Amino acid sequence: MTTPTYVDQFRTLTDATELQPDAPAWLPALRQAAFDRFNTLGFPTTRNEDWHFTSVSPIVEKTFKAVSAAPTMLTLSDLEPYLVDAEWHRLVFVNGRIEPALSQFAELPADVQLSPLSDMLREEPEWMEKHLGKLAAFDTAAFTAMNTAFMQEGIVLRVPKGEIVEVPIHILHVTDTNAAGAAIHPRLLVVAEALSQVMLVESYVGLGGAAYLVNGVAEVVVGNGARVDHYKVQRESIDAFHVGTVQVKQGRDSIYHGFSYAAGAALSRTNVYTKLVDTGSEARLNGLYVLDGAQHADHQTFVEHLAESCASRELYCGVLDGQSHGVFNGKVYVDPIAQKTDGKQTNKALLLSPQARVDTKPQLEIFADDVKCTHGATIGRLDEMALFYLKSRGIGGENARALLTYAFAAEALETIEIDALRLDLERQVFERFTHSQLV
Amino acid sequence: MLKITNLHASAGTKEILKGITLEIKAGEVHAIMGPNGSGKSTLAQVIAGHPGYEVTSGTIEYLGQDLLDLDAEERAQQGVFLAFQYPVEIPGVTNAYFLRAAYNEIRKAHGLEEADPIEFLDIMEEKLKLVEMDVTMMQRSVNAGFSGGEKKRNEILQMAVLAPRLAVLDETDSGLDIDALRIVAEGVNKLKKPDNATVIVTHYQRLLNYIIPDYVHVLAGGRIVKSGGKELAHELEAKGYDWLLEPAMSNAGV
Repeated sequence: MTTPTYVDQFRTLTDATELQPDAPAWLPALRQAAFDRFNTLGFPTTRNEDWHFTSVSPIVEKTFKAVSAAPTMLTLSDLEPYLVDAEWHRLVFVNGRIEPALSQFAELPADVQLSPLSDMLREEPEWMEKHLGKLAAFDTAAFTAMNTAFMQEGIVLRVPKGEIVEVPIHILHVTDTNAAGAAIHPRLLVVAEALSQVMLVESYVGLGGAAYLVNGVAEVVVGNGARVDHYKVQRESIDAFHVGTVQVKQGRDSIYHGFSYAAGAALSRTNVYTKLVDTGSEARLNGLYVLDGAQHADHQTFVEHLAESCASRELYCGVLDGQSHGVFNGKVYVDPIAQKTDGKQTNKALLLSPQARVDTKPQLEIFADDVKCTHGATIGRLDEMALFYLKSRGIGGENARALLTYAFAAEALETIEIDALRLDLERQVFERFTHSQLV
Repeated sequence: MLKITNLHASAGTKEILKGITLEIKAGEVHAIMGPNGSGKSTLAQVIAGHPGYEVTSGTIEYLGQDLLDLDAEERAQQGVFLAFQYPVEIPGVTNAYFLRAAYNEIRKAHGLEEADPIEFLDIMEEKLKLVEMDVTMMQRSVNAGFSGGEKKRNEILQMAVLAPRLAVLDETDSGLDIDALRIVAEGVNKLKKPDNATVIVTHYQRLLNYIIPDYVHVLAGGRIVKSGGKELAHELEAKGYDWLLEPAMSNAGV
């Protein structure tokens, strides 16, 4: 059971939504089912196998509250450091509220639909009923149940058959001190129809160092022959909590490329789950976490190979300093019918301090016999030979270590296929470790 | 320039160099040859300051100073260069950045001003021609995904940029096809000056057809068992190493 506070909050929310006559009739039932499930499950404890290395008790103790944010005073120039590329299509949320004045997506191809969740629920209730909550199961996932019960705002992206969106779409979630103590539950639904292509960047940025909870859920349908590149850049405030779950379903010959960068938040958990349901599909799940102080970052991936001749590739790298704690749990399931599966998972962590810690747990469940599945995990310190190489070129100990730490992180960043984003993250990570500019 | 006297060095408890004495003067090219496991690469790495080897006795004097007293980076700053047998890959750091960082560290050590990226590009263009490398190589990560030949050419490019007084080339010829070998050798020859010296560590005589050594030394069992002129390399090519190994083994008491 969760605390009575959440029961009260949910009652307040449902009372308010009953006053919205244009919300679809099926939505209250979905919310209620989700809330009941959340109430039954309660927050996960470390006795839960999926949360063994991550205690969410700081989130439980704080009892974050849903808020209705006022329009922001922030201007585009305040957000300039987080835009990556000002030319991209952009949707900006501040404290969970969409800010049209800071957004720009008029240049999207006319038949690509990019709409606030509330608009879609009102305008396309039947289509939404077919998709919303269909991939993000909450039977055993308390945070997903919580999001489904409490979700207020979000984005729906529908890319029609054969449409190739050339310019990335950036969804920027900014949280500032006005949201101190708040719980924000952003929701994202992406349906990329057959043979379409789209690149999506989700950024989460904290301004001003407040403690808040962001609990996001994304559902991504990748149609036959479609490709979705989905990047997440997590730079929440250092006192914030971030839980993000992405659930993907991939059709025949589709590609889903997910990347997670985690540098912010006191505690973060990123779940990336994909189901390869038809032949020839490919999942590439990569990530980098860079931690210091008392930060905790947990990544869990789950790739379900449910058809023949699908491939999955995973590379997660972590650099940990201070007393930080990193967790990587990579599950791969290969169904009996998923012959010719080609799976590879690599997890690397670099510990910069004796107090830093990483727990890594690959989990392979293989029920087909003609498959190629490998996993490897390395946890270590800087390579002595590489250090010697740099020193032998005149680059002294401190600088050599900094450069190699950056290089370790850069291996994961090299998997980013949007140049502007890759360069932006390379620059950030380089400056962080070398305290100098990457020119 | 370099004076090695009775040098003994170990890796862990295993003694690898068992009394090397060798003098190299400015303007000279010395070849160090020998079978696998003779200690050639160890000698190269000890000169460059590899922390994995402990010098247990003997001295190395370089330009009048005690080389063993300097860290690897200080040796590099003083003009010692080692071309690696297995150059290390550094993802995410471009060749341009890496070379400029190294170049500037060496300039700083000599109290000179650092070169900015634009100035450095001019310096690079000329050096790239020397090893027949395209300028696009400068934007690639250091050695990452380079072919064997590209890695070795990149080592010579670094040598050209850093302009060392003493260059030690460790098995630079291994894994090179004949074209790459010619490019590498021509690069080394063009960098030869009266005030610098080159040490070529190699198993085969092949590279010495292109870079003519003034002296050839044969290393076996951690000792120099024979020294001679360039003709010694040809003799080794014809006869192999076995005829030299016997006395070395008996000296070692085996």
